[in-house]
Amino acid sequence: MSSLLCSSIGKKLLMGLSGLFLMMFLLIHLTVNSLLLIPDGGDTFNAAAHFMATNPFIAVVEPLLAIGFIVHIVWGILLTLQNRKARGSARYASGNKTKGVTWASQNMLILGITLFAFLVLHVAHFWVKMKLTGDPLLNDVTVNIAGVPTEVENAYALINATFAELWVVIVYVVAGIGLALHLSHGFWSSFQTIGFSNDIWRKRLTILGNVYAWFVGIGFSLIALLQYLFFQG
Amino acid sequence: MEKNINLTLKVWRQNSPKDKGGFETYQVKDISTGSSFLELLDVLNEQLINEGKEPVAFDHDCREGICGMCSLYINGHPHGPDSEITTCQLHMRKFNDGDTIWIEPWRSAGFPVIKDLIVDRDAFDKIIAAGGYVSVNTGGVPDGNAIPIPKDNADESMDAASCIGCGACVAACKNGSAMLFVSAKASQLALLPQGKVEAARRAKNMVARMDDLGFGNCTNTGACEVECPKGISIAHIARLNREYLSAKLQD
Ligand code: HEM
Ligand code: SF4
Ligand code: FES
Repeated sequence: MSSLLCSSIGKKLLMGLSGLFLMMFLLIHLTVNSLLLIPDGGDTFNAAAHFMATNPFIAVVEPLLAIGFIVHIVWGILLTLQNRKARGSARYASGNKTKGVTWASQNMLILGITLFAFLVLHVAHFWVKMKLTGDPLLNDVTVNIAGVPTEVENAYALINATFAELWVVIVYVVAGIGLALHLSHGFWSSFQTIGFSNDIWRKRLTILGNVYAWFVGIGFSLIALLQYLFFQG
Repeated sequence: MEKNINLTLKVWRQNSPKDKGGFETYQVKDISTGSSFLELLDVLNEQLINEGKEPVAFDHDCREGICGMCSLYINGHPHGPDSEITTCQLHMRKFNDGDTIWIEPWRSAGFPVIKDLIVDRDAFDKIIAAGGYVSVNTGGVPDGNAIPIPKDNADESMDAASCIGCGACVAACKNGSAMLFVSAKASQLALLPQGKVEAARRAKNMVARMDDLGFGNCTNTGACEVECPKGISIAHIARLNREYLSAKLQD
Protein backbone atom coordinates (compact mmCIF):
# COMPACT_ATOMS: atom_id res chain seq x y z
CA MET A 1 0.00 0.00 0.00
CA SER A 2 2.75 2.47 0.93
CA SER A 3 4.58 1.72 -2.30
CA LEU A 4 1.35 2.45 -4.16
CA LEU A 5 1.04 5.90 -2.64
CA CYS A 6 4.70 6.68 -3.33
CA SER A 7 4.39 5.81 -7.01
CA SER A 8 3.52 8.38 -9.66
CA ILE A 9 0.17 6.74 -10.40
CA GLY A 10 -0.59 6.38 -6.67
CA LYS A 11 0.04 10.06 -6.02
CA LYS A 12 -2.16 10.91 -8.95
CA LEU A 13 -4.81 8.59 -7.50
CA LEU A 14 -4.91 10.72 -4.35
CA MET A 15 -5.20 13.82 -6.53
CA GLY A 16 -8.02 12.32 -8.57
CA LEU A 17 -9.97 10.91 -5.61
CA SER A 18 -9.67 14.10 -3.57
CA GLY A 19 -10.71 16.07 -6.64
CA LEU A 20 -13.74 13.84 -7.22
CA PHE A 21 -14.71 14.16 -3.57
CA LEU A 22 -14.42 17.96 -3.69
CA MET A 23 -16.51 18.04 -6.86
CA MET A 24 -19.27 16.06 -5.15
CA PHE A 25 -19.16 18.43 -2.21
CA LEU A 26 -19.45 21.43 -4.55
CA LEU A 27 -22.65 20.04 -6.04
CA ILE A 28 -24.27 19.75 -2.60
CA HIS A 29 -22.96 23.17 -1.61
CA LEU A 30 -24.42 24.73 -4.76
CA THR A 31 -27.78 23.05 -4.20
CA VAL A 32 -28.07 24.51 -0.70
CA ASN A 33 -26.84 27.91 -1.90
CA SER A 34 -29.47 28.03 -4.62
CA LEU A 35 -32.03 28.41 -1.79
CA LEU A 36 -30.55 31.89 -1.29
CA LEU A 37 -32.49 32.88 -4.37
CA ILE A 38 -35.91 32.07 -2.89
CA PRO A 39 -37.47 35.47 -2.11
CA ASP A 40 -38.79 34.65 1.37
CA GLY A 41 -36.39 36.69 3.45
CA GLY A 42 -34.10 33.70 3.78
CA ASP A 43 -36.42 31.41 5.75
CA THR A 44 -35.96 28.37 3.53
CA PHE A 45 -32.21 28.88 3.36
CA ASN A 46 -31.96 29.29 7.13
CA ALA A 47 -33.98 26.14 7.67
CA ALA A 48 -31.68 24.23 5.29
CA ALA A 49 -28.57 25.68 6.93
CA HIS A 50 -29.95 24.67 10.31
CA PHE A 51 -30.52 21.15 9.02
CA MET A 52 -26.94 21.00 7.66
CA ALA A 53 -25.43 22.38 10.88
CA THR A 54 -27.26 19.96 13.16
CA ASN A 55 -27.02 16.87 10.99
CA PRO A 56 -24.63 14.18 12.36
CA PHE A 57 -23.75 13.19 8.78
CA ILE A 58 -22.36 16.67 8.18
CA ALA A 59 -20.35 16.46 11.41
CA VAL A 60 -18.50 13.51 9.85
CA VAL A 61 -18.19 15.10 6.43
CA GLU A 62 -16.76 18.41 7.61
CA PRO A 63 -13.40 17.04 8.84
CA LEU A 64 -13.30 14.77 5.78
CA LEU A 65 -13.71 17.85 3.64
CA ALA A 66 -10.81 19.57 5.39
CA ILE A 67 -8.67 16.46 4.82
CA GLY A 68 -9.80 16.35 1.20
CA PHE A 69 -8.68 19.92 0.64
CA ILE A 70 -5.38 19.44 2.45
CA VAL A 71 -4.52 16.25 0.55
CA HIS A 72 -5.49 17.86 -2.75
CA ILE A 73 -3.48 21.02 -2.14
CA VAL A 74 -0.39 19.35 -0.65
CA TRP A 75 -0.21 16.66 -3.34
CA GLY A 76 -1.02 19.16 -6.05
CA ILE A 77 1.97 21.28 -5.06
CA LEU A 78 4.18 18.22 -4.55
CA LEU A 79 3.34 16.75 -7.96
CA THR A 80 3.86 20.06 -9.71
CA LEU A 81 7.29 20.50 -8.11
CA GLN A 82 8.33 16.96 -9.03
CA ASN A 83 7.12 17.51 -12.56
CA ARG A 84 9.15 20.70 -12.94
CA LYS A 85 12.21 18.77 -11.83
CA ALA A 86 11.47 15.94 -14.26
CA ARG A 87 11.04 18.43 -17.06
CA GLY A 88 14.39 20.09 -16.25
CA SER A 89 15.35 23.72 -16.56
CA ALA A 90 16.26 23.88 -20.25
CA ARG A 91 13.55 25.51 -22.36
CA TYR A 92 12.87 25.33 -26.08
CA ALA A 93 14.05 28.47 -27.85
CA SER A 94 11.40 27.92 -30.53
CA GLY A 95 8.69 27.71 -27.87
CA ASN A 96 5.87 25.24 -27.64
CA LYS A 97 3.50 25.24 -30.59
CA THR A 98 1.59 22.06 -29.80
CA LYS A 99 -2.04 22.58 -30.81
CA GLY A 100 -5.15 21.24 -29.13
CA VAL A 101 -3.87 21.31 -25.55
CA THR A 102 -6.19 23.28 -23.27
CA TRP A 103 -4.83 26.26 -21.36
CA ALA A 104 -6.48 25.03 -18.17
CA SER A 105 -4.71 21.66 -18.31
CA GLN A 106 -1.35 23.41 -18.34
CA ASN A 107 -2.15 25.85 -15.54
CA MET A 108 -3.80 23.69 -12.90
CA LEU A 109 -1.50 24.89 -10.12
CA ILE A 110 -2.05 28.58 -10.85
CA LEU A 111 -5.79 28.01 -11.02
CA GLY A 112 -5.58 25.98 -7.82
CA ILE A 113 -3.69 28.71 -5.98
CA THR A 114 -6.35 31.22 -7.08
CA LEU A 115 -8.98 28.89 -5.66
CA PHE A 116 -6.99 28.56 -2.45
CA ALA A 117 -6.77 32.35 -2.04
CA PHE A 118 -10.53 32.51 -2.52
CA LEU A 119 -11.02 29.67 -0.06
CA VAL A 120 -9.19 31.56 2.70
CA LEU A 121 -11.41 34.60 2.18
CA HIS A 122 -14.53 32.47 1.96
CA VAL A 123 -13.75 30.62 5.19
CA ALA A 124 -12.99 33.92 6.94
CA HIS A 125 -16.28 35.43 5.74
CA PHE A 126 -18.58 32.64 6.79
CA TRP A 127 -17.15 29.59 8.54
CA VAL A 128 -15.09 31.57 11.06
CA LYS A 129 -18.02 33.83 11.94
CA MET A 130 -20.53 31.00 12.12
CA LYS A 131 -18.42 28.47 14.00
CA LEU A 132 -15.89 30.48 15.98
CA THR A 133 -16.33 34.20 16.52
CA GLY A 134 -20.05 34.67 16.00
CA ASP A 135 -21.58 37.83 14.53
CA PRO A 136 -24.50 40.07 15.58
CA LEU A 137 -26.11 39.47 12.17
CA LEU A 138 -26.42 35.78 13.05
CA ASN A 139 -28.87 36.39 15.94
CA ASP A 140 -31.59 33.73 16.02
CA VAL A 141 -34.74 34.03 13.99
CA THR A 142 -37.80 31.80 14.09
CA VAL A 143 -38.69 29.78 11.03
CA ASN A 144 -41.29 27.12 10.49
CA ILE A 145 -39.70 23.76 9.91
CA ALA A 146 -42.33 21.19 8.93
CA GLY A 147 -44.94 23.24 10.78
CA VAL A 148 -42.83 23.51 13.95
CA PRO A 149 -41.60 27.06 14.80
CA THR A 150 -37.83 26.67 15.40
CA GLU A 151 -35.16 29.09 16.54
CA VAL A 152 -32.33 29.05 13.99
CA GLU A 153 -29.20 31.08 13.30
CA ASN A 154 -29.81 33.81 10.72
CA ALA A 155 -27.08 32.71 8.31
CA TYR A 156 -29.00 34.39 5.51
CA ALA A 157 -28.53 37.84 7.06
CA LEU A 158 -24.74 37.38 7.23
CA ILE A 159 -24.54 36.17 3.64
CA ASN A 160 -26.86 38.86 2.38
CA ALA A 161 -24.80 41.56 4.12
CA THR A 162 -21.53 40.12 2.79
CA PHE A 163 -22.86 40.20 -0.76
CA ALA A 164 -23.89 43.83 -0.36
CA GLU A 165 -20.30 44.76 -1.12
CA LEU A 166 -19.30 45.00 -4.74
CA TRP A 167 -15.69 43.87 -4.29
CA VAL A 168 -16.83 40.65 -2.59
CA VAL A 169 -19.13 39.90 -5.50
CA ILE A 170 -16.33 40.56 -8.00
CA VAL A 171 -14.04 38.18 -6.11
CA TYR A 172 -16.75 35.51 -6.17
CA VAL A 173 -17.33 35.90 -9.88
CA VAL A 174 -13.60 35.66 -10.65
CA ALA A 175 -13.26 32.63 -8.36
CA GLY A 176 -16.28 31.04 -10.06
CA ILE A 177 -14.62 31.39 -13.46
CA GLY A 178 -11.33 30.06 -12.02
CA LEU A 179 -13.21 27.09 -10.61
CA ALA A 180 -14.89 26.42 -13.95
CA LEU A 181 -11.53 26.44 -15.71
CA HIS A 182 -9.89 24.20 -13.08
CA LEU A 183 -12.69 21.69 -13.40
CA SER A 184 -13.01 21.93 -17.18
CA HIS A 185 -9.77 19.93 -17.15
CA GLY A 186 -10.02 18.44 -13.66
CA PHE A 187 -13.30 16.59 -14.19
CA TRP A 188 -12.30 14.36 -17.07
CA SER A 189 -8.71 14.18 -15.80
CA SER A 190 -9.75 12.64 -12.50
CA PHE A 191 -11.58 9.86 -14.34
CA GLN A 192 -8.58 9.28 -16.60
CA THR A 193 -6.37 9.11 -13.49
CA ILE A 194 -8.43 6.43 -11.78
CA GLY A 195 -8.42 4.48 -15.03
CA PHE A 196 -12.02 5.09 -16.00
CA SER A 197 -11.62 6.29 -19.55
CA ASN A 198 -11.00 5.16 -23.11
CA ASP A 199 -11.35 6.78 -26.52
CA ILE A 200 -15.16 6.82 -26.30
CA TRP A 201 -15.51 7.78 -22.64
CA ARG A 202 -12.95 10.51 -23.01
CA LYS A 203 -15.27 12.41 -25.37
CA ARG A 204 -18.24 11.87 -23.07
CA LEU A 205 -16.30 12.86 -19.94
CA THR A 206 -14.91 15.99 -21.57
CA ILE A 207 -18.40 17.16 -22.54
CA LEU A 208 -19.89 16.19 -19.18
CA GLY A 209 -16.93 17.82 -17.40
CA ASN A 210 -17.38 21.10 -19.25
CA VAL A 211 -21.09 21.12 -18.51
CA TYR A 212 -20.42 20.38 -14.84
CA ALA A 213 -17.56 22.87 -14.54
CA TRP A 214 -19.42 25.82 -16.06
CA PHE A 215 -22.68 24.95 -14.36
CA VAL A 216 -20.99 24.97 -10.94
CA GLY A 217 -18.68 27.92 -11.68
CA ILE A 218 -21.38 30.15 -13.14
CA GLY A 219 -23.84 28.90 -10.52
CA PHE A 220 -21.80 30.17 -7.57
CA SER A 221 -20.96 33.43 -9.36
CA LEU A 222 -24.56 34.05 -10.29
CA ILE A 223 -25.86 33.55 -6.76
CA ALA A 224 -23.43 36.15 -5.45
CA LEU A 225 -24.28 38.51 -8.30
CA LEU A 226 -28.06 38.15 -7.95
CA GLN A 227 -27.79 38.61 -4.19
CA TYR A 228 -25.97 41.88 -4.83
CA LEU A 229 -28.36 43.09 -7.53
CA PHE A 230 -31.80 42.02 -6.36
CA PHE A 231 -31.75 40.96 -2.71
CA GLN A 232 -30.48 44.08 -0.95
CA GLY A 233 -32.60 46.41 1.23
CA MET B 1 6.05 21.48 -57.59
CA GLU B 2 9.61 20.94 -56.55
CA LYS B 3 11.74 24.01 -56.26
CA ASN B 4 14.81 25.11 -54.39
CA ILE B 5 14.74 27.23 -51.25
CA ASN B 6 17.27 29.13 -49.13
CA LEU B 7 17.07 28.84 -45.37
CA THR B 8 18.57 30.16 -42.16
CA LEU B 9 19.19 27.41 -39.60
CA LYS B 10 19.55 27.99 -35.86
CA VAL B 11 21.12 24.78 -34.61
CA TRP B 12 21.86 23.78 -31.01
CA ARG B 13 25.56 22.94 -30.66
CA GLN B 14 26.93 21.38 -27.52
CA ASN B 15 30.27 19.64 -27.31
CA SER B 16 29.64 17.31 -24.41
CA PRO B 17 27.02 16.58 -21.74
CA LYS B 18 28.70 19.08 -19.39
CA ASP B 19 29.23 21.81 -21.99
CA LYS B 20 26.84 24.76 -21.73
CA GLY B 21 25.99 24.77 -25.43
CA GLY B 22 24.32 27.41 -27.55
CA PHE B 23 22.76 28.14 -30.92
CA GLU B 24 24.80 28.55 -34.10
CA THR B 25 23.37 30.20 -37.18
CA TYR B 26 23.97 28.66 -40.61
CA GLN B 27 22.83 29.64 -44.11
CA VAL B 28 21.97 26.87 -46.55
CA LYS B 29 21.18 27.48 -50.22
CA ASP B 30 19.33 25.64 -52.96
CA ILE B 31 17.64 23.04 -50.79
CA SER B 32 15.22 20.98 -52.87
CA THR B 33 11.68 20.99 -51.45
CA GLY B 34 11.59 17.33 -52.46
CA SER B 35 14.32 16.43 -49.99
CA SER B 36 13.78 15.32 -46.42
CA PHE B 37 14.71 17.19 -43.27
CA LEU B 38 17.59 14.84 -42.52
CA GLU B 39 18.89 15.37 -46.06
CA LEU B 40 18.90 19.07 -45.25
CA LEU B 41 21.15 18.30 -42.30
CA ASP B 42 23.33 16.12 -44.55
CA VAL B 43 23.76 19.09 -46.88
CA LEU B 44 24.58 21.33 -43.93
CA ASN B 45 27.14 18.85 -42.62
CA GLU B 46 28.83 18.53 -46.00
CA GLN B 47 29.06 22.30 -46.11
CA LEU B 48 30.54 22.37 -42.60
CA ILE B 49 33.06 19.64 -43.40
CA ASN B 50 34.14 21.53 -46.55
CA GLU B 51 34.65 24.61 -44.40
CA GLY B 52 36.80 22.55 -42.04
CA LYS B 53 34.23 22.76 -39.25
CA GLU B 54 32.80 20.05 -37.04
CA PRO B 55 29.56 18.55 -38.48
CA VAL B 56 26.33 18.62 -36.45
CA ALA B 57 25.71 15.40 -34.53
CA PHE B 58 22.15 14.06 -34.83
CA ASP B 59 20.47 10.67 -34.42
CA HIS B 60 19.05 8.73 -37.36
CA ASP B 61 18.94 5.22 -38.74
CA CYS B 62 16.14 3.84 -40.92
CA ARG B 63 15.05 7.17 -42.42
CA GLU B 64 11.63 5.73 -43.13
CA GLY B 65 9.77 6.33 -39.90
CA ILE B 66 10.05 2.93 -38.29
CA CYS B 67 13.13 2.77 -36.09
CA GLY B 68 12.54 5.69 -33.72
CA MET B 69 16.13 6.90 -33.83
CA CYS B 70 15.58 10.36 -35.31
CA SER B 71 14.49 13.05 -32.90
CA LEU B 72 14.84 16.87 -33.20
CA TYR B 73 12.57 19.60 -31.88
CA ILE B 74 11.86 21.77 -34.91
CA ASN B 75 10.14 25.16 -34.77
CA GLY B 76 8.16 24.43 -31.62
CA HIS B 77 7.27 20.79 -32.31
CA PRO B 78 8.94 17.44 -31.68
CA HIS B 79 9.46 15.93 -35.17
CA GLY B 80 8.60 19.30 -36.71
CA PRO B 81 5.42 21.06 -37.83
CA ASP B 82 3.81 18.19 -39.78
CA SER B 83 1.55 15.77 -37.89
CA GLU B 84 1.95 12.02 -37.33
CA ILE B 85 5.34 11.71 -38.97
CA THR B 86 8.90 11.40 -37.73
CA THR B 87 11.64 13.92 -38.49
CA CYS B 88 13.07 11.64 -41.17
CA GLN B 89 9.69 11.72 -42.95
CA LEU B 90 9.40 15.51 -42.74
CA HIS B 91 9.75 17.08 -46.16
CA MET B 92 11.30 20.40 -46.99
CA ARG B 93 8.14 21.35 -48.90
CA LYS B 94 6.71 22.15 -45.45
CA PHE B 95 9.02 25.20 -45.39
CA ASN B 96 9.18 28.38 -47.43
CA ASP B 97 12.04 30.22 -49.07
CA GLY B 98 13.72 32.52 -46.54
CA ASP B 99 12.38 30.70 -43.44
CA THR B 100 14.38 30.50 -40.27
CA ILE B 101 14.31 27.00 -38.76
CA TRP B 102 15.15 26.33 -35.11
CA ILE B 103 16.58 22.87 -34.50
CA GLU B 104 16.88 21.73 -30.89
CA PRO B 105 17.45 18.47 -29.02
CA TRP B 106 14.69 16.82 -26.90
CA ARG B 107 14.55 18.72 -23.63
CA SER B 108 13.76 16.73 -20.52
CA ALA B 109 15.74 15.84 -17.41
CA GLY B 110 15.24 12.15 -18.33
CA PHE B 111 16.96 12.69 -21.69
CA PRO B 112 20.28 14.50 -21.09
CA VAL B 113 22.07 15.90 -24.14
CA ILE B 114 25.11 13.86 -25.19
CA LYS B 115 26.28 16.04 -28.05
CA ASP B 116 24.62 18.68 -30.22
CA LEU B 117 21.20 17.26 -31.10
CA ILE B 118 21.73 13.77 -29.69
CA VAL B 119 20.15 12.94 -26.35
CA ASP B 120 20.58 9.87 -24.17
CA ARG B 121 17.40 7.79 -24.43
CA ASP B 122 18.76 4.77 -22.54
CA ALA B 123 16.08 5.35 -19.92
CA PHE B 124 13.50 3.93 -22.37
CA ASP B 125 15.52 0.74 -22.78
CA LYS B 126 15.74 0.41 -19.02
CA ILE B 127 11.96 0.68 -18.73
CA ILE B 128 11.53 -2.02 -21.39
CA ALA B 129 14.06 -4.21 -19.60
CA ALA B 130 11.96 -3.90 -16.44
CA GLY B 131 8.97 -5.66 -17.99
CA GLY B 132 8.18 -4.73 -21.57
CA TYR B 133 8.39 -8.30 -22.81
CA VAL B 134 6.76 -11.73 -22.62
CA SER B 135 8.88 -14.08 -20.48
CA VAL B 136 8.26 -17.36 -22.22
CA ASN B 137 8.85 -18.14 -25.84
CA THR B 138 5.37 -18.32 -27.33
CA GLY B 139 6.53 -20.54 -30.18
CA GLY B 140 5.88 -20.16 -33.89
CA VAL B 141 2.92 -18.43 -35.48
CA PRO B 142 -0.17 -20.20 -34.10
CA ASP B 143 -3.00 -21.33 -36.33
CA GLY B 144 -5.21 -18.35 -37.16
CA ASN B 145 -8.21 -19.37 -35.10
CA ALA B 146 -6.46 -21.40 -32.38
CA ILE B 147 -6.49 -18.51 -29.91
CA PRO B 148 -9.53 -16.31 -30.46
CA ILE B 149 -8.72 -12.62 -29.99
CA PRO B 150 -11.50 -10.02 -30.12
CA LYS B 151 -11.03 -7.73 -33.10
CA ASP B 152 -11.10 -4.61 -30.91
CA ASN B 153 -8.27 -5.94 -28.74
CA ALA B 154 -6.23 -6.95 -31.76
CA ASP B 155 -6.68 -3.49 -33.27
CA GLU B 156 -5.82 -1.62 -30.10
CA SER B 157 -2.82 -3.82 -29.48
CA MET B 158 -1.56 -3.18 -33.01
CA ASP B 159 -2.09 0.56 -32.56
CA ALA B 160 -0.10 0.49 -29.32
CA ALA B 161 2.60 -1.60 -30.96
CA SER B 162 3.20 1.11 -33.53
CA CYS B 163 5.08 3.11 -30.87
CA ILE B 164 8.67 3.38 -32.08
CA GLY B 165 10.13 4.58 -28.78
CA CYS B 166 11.32 7.89 -30.17
CA GLY B 167 10.64 9.92 -27.03
CA ALA B 168 8.71 12.77 -28.67
CA CYS B 169 6.04 12.29 -26.01
CA VAL B 170 8.53 13.10 -23.25
CA ALA B 171 9.95 15.98 -25.29
CA ALA B 172 6.47 17.50 -25.68
CA CYS B 173 5.41 17.03 -22.06
CA LYS B 174 5.51 19.91 -19.61
CA ASN B 175 5.89 17.31 -16.86
CA GLY B 176 8.66 15.29 -18.48
CA SER B 177 6.37 12.27 -18.23
CA ALA B 178 6.97 9.04 -20.12
CA MET B 179 3.47 7.69 -19.59
CA LEU B 180 2.47 7.59 -23.26
CA PHE B 181 5.47 5.43 -24.15
CA VAL B 182 5.14 3.17 -21.11
CA SER B 183 1.41 2.75 -21.55
CA ALA B 184 1.80 1.88 -25.24
CA LYS B 185 4.48 -0.70 -24.43
CA ALA B 186 2.38 -2.22 -21.65
CA SER B 187 -0.88 -2.18 -23.67
CA GLN B 188 0.48 -3.83 -26.80
CA LEU B 189 1.20 -6.94 -24.71
CA ALA B 190 -1.56 -6.76 -22.11
CA LEU B 191 -4.29 -6.79 -24.77
CA LEU B 192 -3.22 -10.15 -26.21
CA PRO B 193 -3.62 -13.57 -24.54
CA GLN B 194 0.13 -14.30 -24.57
CA GLY B 195 0.94 -11.03 -22.84
CA LYS B 196 -2.04 -10.83 -20.53
CA VAL B 197 -0.66 -13.45 -18.14
CA GLU B 198 2.07 -11.11 -16.95
CA ALA B 199 0.08 -7.89 -17.30
CA ALA B 200 -0.07 -7.03 -13.60
CA ARG B 201 3.61 -7.69 -12.93
CA ARG B 202 4.59 -5.85 -16.10
CA ALA B 203 2.59 -2.75 -15.18
CA LYS B 204 4.08 -2.64 -11.69
CA ASN B 205 7.67 -3.13 -12.78
CA MET B 206 7.61 -0.75 -15.72
CA VAL B 207 5.96 2.03 -13.72
CA ALA B 208 8.37 1.53 -10.81
CA ARG B 209 11.33 1.79 -13.19
CA MET B 210 9.85 4.84 -14.89
CA ASP B 211 9.47 6.55 -11.50
CA ASP B 212 13.03 5.58 -10.43
CA LEU B 213 14.44 7.11 -13.57
CA GLY B 214 12.89 10.44 -12.62
CA PHE B 215 10.20 10.85 -15.26
CA GLY B 216 7.30 13.09 -14.21
CA ASN B 217 3.72 12.44 -13.17
CA CYS B 218 1.19 12.55 -15.98
CA THR B 219 -1.43 15.31 -15.56
CA ASN B 220 -3.41 14.34 -18.66
CA THR B 221 -2.70 17.47 -20.71
CA GLY B 222 -2.49 15.34 -23.86
CA ALA B 223 0.41 17.16 -25.57
CA CYS B 224 2.17 13.79 -26.04
CA GLU B 225 -0.67 12.36 -28.09
CA VAL B 226 -0.77 15.43 -30.37
CA GLU B 227 2.96 15.28 -31.10
CA CYS B 228 3.39 11.49 -31.23
CA PRO B 229 4.47 10.54 -34.77
CA LYS B 230 2.42 7.36 -34.50
CA GLY B 231 -0.77 8.89 -33.10
CA ILE B 232 -0.66 6.75 -29.94
CA SER B 233 -3.81 7.53 -27.90
CA ILE B 234 -3.77 8.52 -24.24
CA ALA B 235 -6.53 5.95 -23.78
CA HIS B 236 -3.56 3.60 -23.25
CA ILE B 237 -2.56 5.74 -20.25
CA ALA B 238 -6.00 5.17 -18.72
CA ARG B 239 -5.54 1.43 -19.30
CA LEU B 240 -2.13 1.47 -17.62
CA ASN B 241 -3.54 3.43 -14.66
CA ARG B 242 -6.31 0.83 -14.38
CA GLU B 243 -3.96 -2.12 -14.59
CA TYR B 244 -1.43 -0.63 -12.21
CA LEU B 245 -3.99 0.38 -9.59
CA SER B 246 -5.80 -2.95 -9.62
CA ALA B 247 -2.49 -4.83 -9.50
CA LYS B 248 -1.34 -2.80 -6.49
CA LEU B 249 -4.66 -3.13 -4.70
CA GLN B 250 -4.50 -6.92 -5.09
CA ASP B 251 -1.07 -7.09 -3.45
C1 HEM C 1 -13.03 23.40 -4.82
C2 HEM C 1 -11.87 23.13 -5.00
C3 HEM C 1 -11.20 22.17 -5.95
C4 HEM C 1 -11.71 21.15 -6.71
C5 HEM C 1 -13.13 20.67 -6.80
C6 HEM C 1 -10.59 20.58 -7.45
C7 HEM C 1 -10.68 19.53 -8.33
C8 HEM C 1 -9.61 19.01 -9.04
C9 HEM C 1 -9.67 17.87 -9.90
C10 HEM C 1 -10.91 17.02 -10.16
C11 HEM C 1 -8.43 17.68 -10.42
C12 HEM C 1 -7.98 16.59 -11.40
C13 HEM C 1 -7.29 15.47 -10.67
C14 HEM C 1 -6.65 14.47 -11.59
O1 HEM C 1 -6.12 14.82 -12.65
O2 HEM C 1 -6.65 13.28 -11.26
C15 HEM C 1 -7.58 18.70 -9.91
C16 HEM C 1 -6.24 18.84 -10.21
C17 HEM C 1 -5.39 19.76 -9.62
N1 HEM C 1 -5.73 20.63 -8.58
FE1 HEM C 1 -7.58 20.96 -7.87
N2 HEM C 1 -9.45 21.25 -7.12
C18 HEM C 1 -9.79 22.23 -6.20
C19 HEM C 1 -8.94 23.11 -5.56
C20 HEM C 1 -7.57 23.13 -5.73
C21 HEM C 1 -6.70 23.93 -4.93
C22 HEM C 1 -7.11 24.85 -3.78
C23 HEM C 1 -5.45 23.69 -5.37
C24 HEM C 1 -4.26 24.37 -4.75
C25 HEM C 1 -3.09 24.37 -4.96
C26 HEM C 1 -5.53 22.74 -6.48
C27 HEM C 1 -4.48 22.26 -7.23
C28 HEM C 1 -4.58 21.33 -8.24
C29 HEM C 1 -3.49 20.91 -9.09
C30 HEM C 1 -2.06 21.42 -9.05
C31 HEM C 1 -4.01 19.93 -9.97
C32 HEM C 1 -3.26 19.22 -11.08
C33 HEM C 1 -2.54 18.05 -10.54
C34 HEM C 1 -2.59 16.83 -11.40
O3 HEM C 1 -3.41 16.74 -12.34
O4 HEM C 1 -1.79 15.95 -11.13
N3 HEM C 1 -6.85 22.41 -6.65
N4 HEM C 1 -8.32 19.50 -9.05
S1 SF4 D 1 4.39 7.03 -27.73
FE1 SF4 D 1 4.69 8.10 -29.69
S2 SF4 D 1 6.01 9.83 -29.14
FE2 SF4 D 1 6.14 8.40 -27.45
S3 SF4 D 1 7.91 7.11 -27.87
FE3 SF4 D 1 6.13 6.03 -28.75
S4 SF4 D 1 6.04 6.75 -30.88
FE4 SF4 D 1 7.41 8.18 -29.82
S1 FES E 1 15.36 7.56 -38.67
FE1 FES E 1 14.17 5.80 -38.15
S2 FES E 1 12.30 6.70 -37.59
FE2 FES E 1 13.39 8.44 -38.31
